[in-house]
Amino acid sequence: MPGIISFSRDGIGYIVVIALAVCLVCSVLVASAATFLKPMQTVNAKADRRSNILEVAGLPAGPDVDVNEVFRERIDARVVDLSSGEFVEAREAENFDQRAAASDPDQSVKIPPARDVADIKRRAKNAEVYLVKDENGELETIVLPVHGYGLWSTMYGFLALAPDANTVKGIKYYEQGETPGLGGEIENPRWRAKWDGKKVYGESGEVQLSVIKGSVGSNTPNAEYKVDGLSGATLTSRGVSNTIHYWLGENGFKPLLKKLRDGDLAAQG
Amino acid sequence: MAQSQAMKVLTEPLVNNNPIALQILGICSALAVTNQVATALLMSAALTAVTACSNVSISLIRNHIPSSIRIIVQMTIIASLVIVVDQLLKAFAYDLAKQMSVFVGLIITNCIVMGRAEAFAMKEPPGLAFLDGIGNGLGYSLILVLVGAIRELFGSGSLLGYQLLPLASAGGWYTPIGLMLLPPSAFFIIGFLIWGVRSWKPDQVEEAEYQIHQVHRTEVV
Repeated sequence: MPGIISFSRDGIGYIVVIALAVCLVCSVLVASAATFLKPMQTVNAKADRRSNILEVAGLPAGPDVDVNEVFRERIDARVVDLSSGEFVEAREAENFDQRAAASDPDQSVKIPPARDVADIKRRAKNAEVYLVKDENGELETIVLPVHGYGLWSTMYGFLALAPDANTVKGIKYYEQGETPGLGGEIENPRWRAKWDGKKVYGESGEVQLSVIKGSVGSNTPNAEYKVDGLSGATLTSRGVSNTIHYWLGENGFKPLLKKLRDGDLAAQG
Repeated sequence: MAQSQAMKVLTEPLVNNNPIALQILGICSALAVTNQVATALLMSAALTAVTACSNVSISLIRNHIPSSIRIIVQMTIIASLVIVVDQLLKAFAYDLAKQMSVFVGLIITNCIVMGRAEAFAMKEPPGLAFLDGIGNGLGYSLILVLVGAIRELFGSGSLLGYQLLPLASAGGWYTPIGLMLLPPSAFFIIGFLIWGVRSWKPDQVEEAEYQIHQVHRTEVV
């Protein structure tokens, strides 16, 4: 065949054309699968998130439970302005995506490095909170979304507090990429159970709750503010501590929790 | 003749030429996703679908693939199919897909898929290649589901989530074998399966690559 590019079976031109054709067909296939299935995946991911919230709040969340039903009945999802601690009535929690907001310059603030203990760089101005009501409509549990950097990954989880906004009722990480078997044990139910009943704020109102190195014994001073560290996962444990310190501190949910504790927001609930 | 060949292509990989038991391929996922029958079934279905589809697509264009880039072309097709399967699972079987996490993605590196593409689909017409893909997928599934059933029954006392043996922790009599829930147990079970298959069909036994030295009484002293 004339010309520089020969179209014989092993010619460069032929190889390039075949490679491009295969890539084109494959990319169309992958792109269309991703696009068409997106809506269903979003629904699934949302139900999964809700079942995590139910679980950390101690509500039934097994496979035979209609998660959306329980969620609607028992949980009041709100969007809160973190700096003032007031609820943002105009925003529906249903359509609020805190992670998307955190990367949007209009909806987020840069955290000064000195205050960025959880190493998350930016945070959304608003955040979701989930207020769990008992049968009589009284506040039973406050579920707060938290995230912070561990050793390898940003760890996303929920922290459940009692209505006194000080006693921990549960913690659940639902997305993390820590070392399986070491830092990954933050998902282990046995470790999570150690958080039950711990206190967050010390007498002076500072966040005292920390994951310590080693384990908490019966004669450890201030045991109510300390949780056993994960052995072999010092940096992950420190990441969890930092996450708690940031999100329950002045720049996190503290203004909201103070209002909830004082009953300022109860009327709106 | 053609029909018997098709039958042979489909059934041969079940026992006589099983990808796991005889060829010892795909062991990694056989260890990782078999602590429950449900995940084993889903993984089997995913792998069978990928192998069949990749065999057909590669067979269709086998006469056009330049030999110098054939492996990359096969890889591209297999990888695209795996992504599609992964997306489908996330849309229709979210909970199971989450439990299987990276192992669906790792079908890309499963030697069975690549092996069938290179060894069979590059030479044979699409119809046969499809049957070969299904056959090998089923051979893989057979072992996976068997291992999954043994592990779930003895590790959690249940099959497909139905409690068959009442657990001691819930007031029954059965104390589960913890080892069965850990990946190494699949190694033992697959080992026993291979032993069983080779005792049944001695022609599968590989020839020894070396001779064990006969020790004579005089040498010991």
